[in-house]
Amino acid sequence: MSTSVKRVYCYLAEFESASALYKAAQKVRDAGFSKWDCYTPYPMHGLDAAMGLKRSILPYFVFFGGVIGLLTAFLLAYVTQVGIYPTVVQGKPANIFTVPAFFPIMFELTVLFSGFTALFACLGLCQLPRWNHPLFASRQAHRITDDGFFIAIEARDPKFSKEGTKGFLGGIGGDNIELVEEDGK
Amino acid sequence: MADTATKTTSEAPAPREVKLPVLEREKLVLNKRSYHWITERVCGVVENKQPMVWWALFIPTILMAIIGVGGGLIYLVTTGVGVWGNTNRVMWGWPIVNFVFWIGIGHAGTLISAILFLTRQNWRTSINRAAEAMTIFAVICAGIFPAFHVGRVWMAWYLAPIPNANAVWQNFKSPLLWDVFAVSTYFSISLVFWFLGMVPDLATIRDRCKRGVKKALYGIFSLGWRGSNRHWSHYEMAYLILAALSTPLVLSVHSVVSFDFATSIVPGWHTTIFPPYFVAGAIFGGFAMVLTIMIPARFFYGLDDMITMKHIDNMAKIILLTGTIVGYAYLMELFVAFYSGAKYEMAAFTYRITGPYWWAYVAMMSCNVLSPQLFWFKRCRENLWVVMGVCMAVNAGMWFERFVIIVTTLARDFMPANWKYYNPSWVDIGLFLGTIGLFTSLFLLFLRFLPCINIAEVKWAKQESDVHFDDKKAHPDEGTVVEASYQHELDNGTAEV
Repeated sequence: MSTSVKRVYCYLAEFESASALYKAAQKVRDAGFSKWDCYTPYPMHGLDAAMGLKRSILPYFVFFGGVIGLLTAFLLAYVTQVGIYPTVVQGKPANIFTVPAFFPIMFELTVLFSGFTALFACLGLCQLPRWNHPLFASRQAHRITDDGFFIAIEARDPKFSKEGTKGFLGGIGGDNIELVEEDGK
Repeated sequence: MADTATKTTSEAPAPREVKLPVLEREKLVLNKRSYHWITERVCGVVENKQPMVWWALFIPTILMAIIGVGGGLIYLVTTGVGVWGNTNRVMWGWPIVNFVFWIGIGHAGTLISAILFLTRQNWRTSINRAAEAMTIFAVICAGIFPAFHVGRVWMAWYLAPIPNANAVWQNFKSPLLWDVFAVSTYFSISLVFWFLGMVPDLATIRDRCKRGVKKALYGIFSLGWRGSNRHWSHYEMAYLILAALSTPLVLSVHSVVSFDFATSIVPGWHTTIFPPYFVAGAIFGGFAMVLTIMIPARFFYGLDDMITMKHIDNMAKIILLTGTIVGYAYLMELFVAFYSGAKYEMAAFTYRITGPYWWAYVAMMSCNVLSPQLFWFKRCRENLWVVMGVCMAVNAGMWFERFVIIVTTLARDFMPANWKYYNPSWVDIGLFLGTIGLFTSLFLLFLRFLPCINIAEVKWAKQESDVHFDDKKAHPDEGTVVEASYQHELDNGTAEV
């Protein structure tokens, strides 16, 4: 006989429109919850502020990725053309003054490295890929990527309580409030 | 003051209610379609049985690809590049014409995704996915030609910056090597951009699938996306940065391609106008190809409410603008050749227009400069047959432009003893037709398996997606009064912030 216990993951509540979700998010933020999230079918502008999220730190990663790309291109071209195997072609010298001829490659590798850093930093910050998630156990989670606007308050939030949170979500206009449980060990 | 002035005027009109003009934005999703309708319609393209026309196009094009590209390349590699029509003088010939043609088509995708994103042109949302896919496929077609044009394709790895047996490194000062970096970077970044943009939509398809292999595959490629706003926040930032990176990238790629020509001392190529002229031409040709593909797709899959006449109108205007820029560049080239006083330069251009390749010049001028002028007229932009006709003309015209630049210039250089009329071989023609088949069949596979419209962004572009939409809806004029009074309060410092 299976002895698995269900562990509560979150309360999931649906809101009828973008505006309703926006207002509700402000209330959840002001109520002092920290482990919670909004789920929307499209990127909703303004919701970050309503949730009290800070600006993404992604650009810092990309900056360093770009710098590494620039240095890689410079060293690759300079060391090989001037250091290891000086080639005097196209009337260009084999010294520091030949560097402008490397600009296109320096530009391209800067973009290449920055672009891949943006991708991987985004995945890292989102902790993706992750093919399973407790939320997928919800019977209405599939509507997030269709037309549903949801707020989930997670059980690991210190202010979470099984009764209180449900009432709170109902009070701020949530519908179809669902207790999402994951298989515990 | 104003009051007294009004009173003194004897025939002052009676005060009446002033109705403020409300400038409505043209809607990007017509007929008040719901979010669910958008999901259904776009996913339906993937989930439903394909229309007969899909098979009617796919079977011939995949055969063209297999025979033209597959067979052509096998014959080429096993026999040698001599089977091409390239001659001692016209050493670039059709292969490089085709390369520049395809790489040019690949420009509209990233332009639509990146530049129109940065300039907040929200109409891009319903066409950017297909345009990006087109970019990827066009660059694949383009890449075939230079890779095999090196002669011994098994030596193509010499282009990669890795030490080889002779310890000779690549010449990083050469525009040809810049091209390797530019095109491969462009392909990689376009792929990243395309994929990242597709992740939320792949999740939509995943959530609609029943259990099985299909669900597992969409699940893997959607990376476990679950629409969390904490994710959207990073995602939007990554997308913005990729757009900002791609904007100079897209301009750089065709500039670098033009350097292949412009840095040489061949009369007719050695001009500073080449980079902007090539970039404008690429955008021009790319948009024509987007319309060529999207108008039938819109018709057969019933996407009219998302790809509206407004979109087609906008793209037609861009074609008109860039086509006119290209026309300006053609004329400016002639003027500069005349003004330079260099007799070889003048001879090259006289030869282009009056020489044995005059037909290519006429085709280029009439297709690229004259035919888009129809788009000055609204009636032409609204008639899809005219739009399709012009786009087809532009597609052909852009190929002729590259032919004019490459073949007519090379066919006659400084040494009259080298002058010879260039003819393509049947392998040239087969390979080119093969790439058309490859491009079309890849695009049809894309329509079959991937969301062809950016579902999330089209939803975002709807008016009710604005978080303040309800506040506006509470008033009959949809919010102008609320906003105006709020602005008034802000000005007076009485607003609650």
